[in-house]
Amino acid sequence: MDKTIARIRERIRDGNATVVTAEEMPAIVAELGEEQALREVDVVTTGTFGAMCSSGAFFNFGHADPPIKMEKIWLNDVEAYGGLASVDAYLGATQKSATREESYGGAHVIEDLIGGKSVELRALSTGTDCYPRRTLTTDLLLENLNQAIMLNPRNGYQRYNAASNSTDRTLYTYMGMLLPNGGNVTYSGSGLLNPISNDPRLRWIGSGVSAFLAGAPGMVVGEGTQHSPASGFSTLMVTGDMKAMNPDYLRAATMKGYGVTLYIGLGIPIPVLDLETVRATAVRDEDIFVDVIDYGIPSRSRPSLKKVSYAELKSGFVELNGEEVRTSSLSSYRKAREVAQLVKFWVEKEILPVCLPTRRIDLQKSAMPLRETVQGPRVLDIMDRVVISIGEDEEIRTAATKLLKGETNHLPVVEESGRLVGIVTTYDISKAVAKPGKASVVRDIMKKRVITTTPEEAVDVAVRKLEKNNISALPVIDSEHHVIGMLTANNLGRLFGRWLK
Amino acid sequence: VKLIVTFSRKAGRKPIIAQVVKDTGVLINVERALIDSSEGEALIDIPDESCALVKKRLAELGASVRVPEEVITLDESRCIDCGACISICPQEVFTFGGDWKLVVRGEKCVLCGRCIDICPQGALSQKEKAEPNSSQGC
Repeated sequence: MDKTIARIRERIRDGNATVVTAEEMPAIVAELGEEQALREVDVVTTGTFGAMCSSGAFFNFGHADPPIKMEKIWLNDVEAYGGLASVDAYLGATQKSATREESYGGAHVIEDLIGGKSVELRALSTGTDCYPRRTLTTDLLLENLNQAIMLNPRNGYQRYNAASNSTDRTLYTYMGMLLPNGGNVTYSGSGLLNPISNDPRLRWIGSGVSAFLAGAPGMVVGEGTQHSPASGFSTLMVTGDMKAMNPDYLRAATMKGYGVTLYIGLGIPIPVLDLETVRATAVRDEDIFVDVIDYGIPSRSRPSLKKVSYAELKSGFVELNGEEVRTSSLSSYRKAREVAQLVKFWVEKEILPVCLPTRRIDLQKSAMPLRETVQGPRVLDIMDRVVISIGEDEEIRTAATKLLKGETNHLPVVEESGRLVGIVTTYDISKAVAKPGKASVVRDIMKKRVITTTPEEAVDVAVRKLEKNNISALPVIDSEHHVIGMLTANNLGRLFGRWLK
Repeated sequence: VKLIVTFSRKAGRKPIIAQVVKDTGVLINVERALIDSSEGEALIDIPDESCALVKKRLAELGASVRVPEEVITLDESRCIDCGACISICPQEVFTFGGDWKLVVRGEKCVLCGRCIDICPQGALSQKEKAEPNSSQGC
């Protein structure tokens, strides 16, 4: 059967088109079969509503009198990038307020503008012959801006890995709160409603194609940043006019311990022109898999704990290490459904014209890690290599003497073989002296749960451990658990001499 | 029924709750407790029919007892039904309804505050109950 985009558009114009959401499609194909579904269904609509950090907007403020070349720009104390001509700026969603930190950021400015609230613009300039003015402060509404064009470098992730945490402390990440010891799993994404999951070979989603963006009729620009189709993580760059947006489909948010982000509703209609499209849009949650990534490992290549489908994630529980673990979605499936329904309505009403891409999106790419030419400092670069340690059976008095002599506050406790078994601090000894009890040897007063580092670990990661645990030293251990050094707060001072010139 | 028990530890470190369990035979579930060197506060859960008995014995032992006046409250206009709160709640207060709308069962809540902290939309807060419990809950 020859189905063309022109024919679909004609049917939409005549009010005869069949437009369905991607959620309805699996049942339609199961009932009618692929051939019949191809004849019946003209357009499948998709939708997603989740945190999309890589978002922002371009503004043009208009010229002041006397004119100013805005070099430093703040909107409600959130800095916008002003290195664009004189009165243009780009505001990023995750930019934090200079005064309110995590509780307010670029996303909130965007939401406030769309919600009709007044926003304070502050700008500084060095002054030029053509732009003599140096400072400017004014209150603006969205309608006062010449342009407010949302341009999101990376939205609509095809899918996103789920998150868990194998460590024994709670983590606060952009994937939400991760309970210790794999206590929960968080995920994001609308699964079978996701735009790219319904067009994984990007045959219909490409440059120039219509997209619902935060309540406005917008457009796909092309591939998004970090687009990585080869690994199943395609992304899209999308744009839309902020003046047409609706606060119901755009929400600023704060992820505790991570920062500000922007929740956005995004939906794309997919014309059903061949059998491959019928099959692709019949995708089910059971067919879309992601890894559960261990965010407890502070490295780029975090290990996967297991593969799960969106069907499992959405069921509320996944099995992890033989236990039922509760899941939390960070994106809103209810809102994603609303978006897909609205896209359906907008397609029928020709608010979102169904069209073919003017340029196809690359399908081979794979995102590369950053090439780092200068390695940051590692623990071995600054650690103390002379280690004063003590045995478990030594007297507390001996420990005290060693601490005094070594001019240190921490004594790693080691077995005969050299393995680390505990740590004693001046605090532990003071306590033992102040409240004499049964304790007589080091074993009685040492802390057995020792937080350690390794020589290869990045200093930044080790510093995070010190901060998080409110401690001032870390034994540096090798693969045999032998103490080969100590990293103390004092060592960090060396960074300034050697690394931070 | 849930009760908040506060007691001073200045008079000594008496095991008040254990004593009440022993004396009354009522099984007390301690859902949350914060005890420091001078005072302590515990949120306990007991069968409704034993409420009066337990309250009386707690009072005799010097503890003060009150019904929690606050309850976890969802600002529906702010909530986007994401579900971030679901897996982190120790009491399973939050679930999805059939239409993926967030359902809050406040009666199970022990006011630990975790969800208030992490809600991306800041839609959860601890507020006074609209209708205060009559007759102190029992």
